[in-house]
Amino acid sequence: MIRKEMIAMLLAGGQGSRLGVLTAKVAKPAVAFGGKYRIIDFPLSNCINSGIDTVGVLTQYQPLRLNTHIGIGIPWDLDRNNGGVTVLPPYEKSDNSEWYSGTANAIFQNMNYMESYNPEYVLILSGDHIYKMDYEVMLDFHKENNADVTIATMPVPIEEASRFGIVITDENKKIEDFQEKPKEPKSNLASMGIYIFSWKVLKEALYAMKDQSGCDFGKHIIPYCHEKGQRLFAYECNGYWKDVGTLGSYWEANMELVDLIPEFNLYEEYWKIYTKSDIIEPQYLSPESVTEKSIIGEGSEIYGEVYHSVIGAGVTIGKGTVVRDSIVMKGTCIGEGATIDKSIIAENCQIGDRVVLGVGEEKPNKLNASIYSFGLVTIGEKSVIPEGVSVGKNTAISGATVKADYPDGILDSGEVIIKAGDSL
Amino acid sequence: MKAIGIILAGGNNSRMQELSNKRAIAAMPIGGGYRSIDFALSNMSNSHIQTVAVLTQYSARSLNEHLSSSKWWDFGRKQGGLYVFNPTVTVDNSWWYRGTADAMYQNIAFLKRRHEPYVIITSGDCVYKMDYNKVLDAHIEKKADITVVCKDVPAGEDVSRFGVVRMNEDSRIIEFEEKPMVSHSNTISTGIYIVRRRQLIEMLERSAEEERWDFVTDILIRYKNMKRIYGYKMKEYWSNIATVESYYQTNMDFLKPEVRKYFFRDEPKIYSKVDDLPPAKYNVGSDVRNSLVASGCIINSKVENSILFKKVFVGKNCVIKNSIILNDVYIGDNTHIENCIVESRDTLKANTYYCGDNGIKIVAENNERYVI
Repeated sequence: MIRKEMIAMLLAGGQGSRLGVLTAKVAKPAVAFGGKYRIIDFPLSNCINSGIDTVGVLTQYQPLRLNTHIGIGIPWDLDRNNGGVTVLPPYEKSDNSEWYSGTANAIFQNMNYMESYNPEYVLILSGDHIYKMDYEVMLDFHKENNADVTIATMPVPIEEASRFGIVITDENKKIEDFQEKPKEPKSNLASMGIYIFSWKVLKEALYAMKDQSGCDFGKHIIPYCHEKGQRLFAYECNGYWKDVGTLGSYWEANMELVDLIPEFNLYEEYWKIYTKSDIIEPQYLSPESVTEKSIIGEGSEIYGEVYHSVIGAGVTIGKGTVVRDSIVMKGTCIGEGATIDKSIIAENCQIGDRVVLGVGEEKPNKLNASIYSFGLVTIGEKSVIPEGVSVGKNTAISGATVKADYPDGILDSGEVIIKAGDSL
Repeated sequence: MKAIGIILAGGNNSRMQELSNKRAIAAMPIGGGYRSIDFALSNMSNSHIQTVAVLTQYSARSLNEHLSSSKWWDFGRKQGGLYVFNPTVTVDNSWWYRGTADAMYQNIAFLKRRHEPYVIITSGDCVYKMDYNKVLDAHIEKKADITVVCKDVPAGEDVSRFGVVRMNEDSRIIEFEEKPMVSHSNTISTGIYIVRRRQLIEMLERSAEEERWDFVTDILIRYKNMKRIYGYKMKEYWSNIATVESYYQTNMDFLKPEVRKYFFRDEPKIYSKVDDLPPAKYNVGSDVRNSLVASGCIINSKVENSILFKKVFVGKNCVIKNSIILNDVYIGDNTHIENCIVESRDTLKANTYYCGDNGIKIVAENNERYVI
């Protein structure tokens, strides 16, 4: 096996439970983003654009969509004779079979994979952030400082710093201390959950902490390395980086793409984002259609009006329908005369004629007010909404619903319909 | 597997005017996201033909770039694959391809080495969907030597650029005229043929001995009475794009819902090289009606009855009407484009006016991209 200088380990097993019905059947890294992408496309594209051609993708929660998407890595040029992309699910062992119980535990369970490449450095990534980053520059920083561990950080407003893991550095960016979600942050440098480890250091730490339950990088491995007196450095990034962990931030990050010159620009020639596209035909806009401040994916057919929205591939929007401030994902079909306001509609949904989404006053969600808020209507994949019904704000719908599910044809703000066994 | 495929993609045609200056017709962009040859290649792939040779000659750079990887059409296989054969100088040949038969004759080693009993020959400049296995079944049933796929065109349509055939009630071809000035039949050859491989090798070798190089005039027409040549009528959509008018019309056909459904939504699909472009973006001021828009486009103004290929930028206050804008065109502000085909990678300056008054105008400027 040809030795690789740096390999990447991409943690893609998380559910992302704060995305509610969107991640009921798919892992968060496989959730659609920006009209044609999935969240995992961003770290995978960053890898290949940074010259990293060996990537292990660790999967656990609902991996089907993720596995189909990644395949053998063709869209990212990660189909290689040596290296390339490898999907790494948890597996049975002769002793002590277990699920991945934490980020570092997942990496530890794939020691054999990493050892087979015998790299000098290992890059740890997570599959749930939207950003462009050259990991090679970060590696140069790691080497220059003769570091054992380098943590990618980004400055955040000090008033928000208490939501993050904060690092405190000296003038040479050497890390002196950490604070996990501190009440009184001593610095505004937040960890982005991206680490470069020198391989020997990582291996030693993983073995030392192997009996730690739920072994986690932020909570266990990094503090362990710090206590041992290893050289930890903070690499500062200033570009666009977005955690799309909540429905609100997910919606916002999508909406930012339709700005005239978005802060996160997909149209730059340099640093392309790659994805698997199985729909390649152009989109059609009918004589009655109106499209403004929107991005629209391949193969969609627009007969209605679309304002300030992100529309995925293969979507049909019927005549007289008005879509505003919404995200509509791949393969969804919206009937005629509907009104869609501030909604997130997942893949392959059927929205009937004259349906109204997002009306009325905001009320807190009855199932989980912290997930379903921001005034959004969230509809899970393959849902069916019967014609003519109205749906309020802070609502969630999943499954094939029928008229009887909507008393008087209305789903009031704050309500939820989740159908069991809801596949068509 | 019963057949191998040969796609004739070497042709040039003066009736394409400036459009064929920089590429072979088989590489012409079609329907907003495809190249002409994608249709033949996808048909081969969807008919489970695993080995396909593309014969190129004229201005093949664009075509070769498009075919740089065979994986998009599922030809990246250990068994079979996609072969591109350009004319090449050998010990006993230093000619270009002197005709379609010569193009195949010069690659006769490829034909001899295969083991499949049949060869499907098609051209790279036609837009259609076809399961070649159905034609092959008819070919076998009729015990034909050659089967020619034919199509009826509406009576009165000009057929002078096609081969015109007449069949008897058993579908055997009794008359074949190549590009007649006046014709009494409205059945044309689509340039899709099925021949037994050994039969083809034999006919090609004999023609080469006699220094005859064209498949239609020197093989089909000469052998017409000697060999069993049958016609197979196709009824579905088929269009040859080898003139500016037919190229324009074929593209505009994709604005019809039934044509879009047939090619875009109905299985099997047409495949093409994937370009990794972001979704199309519509800014304030965009007003797009009855148009096809490909990925990577950014639109800031009015577009009507038009086809925008990949990565077209339309500035503010423009009007684009009844036009085809090929890949990667930059259109400056306040530009008016009507009844035009704008050549790919072009840059149109702001405040310009292009209008095809009598027919289609081809716009091919050589402006620098970043000096607008």
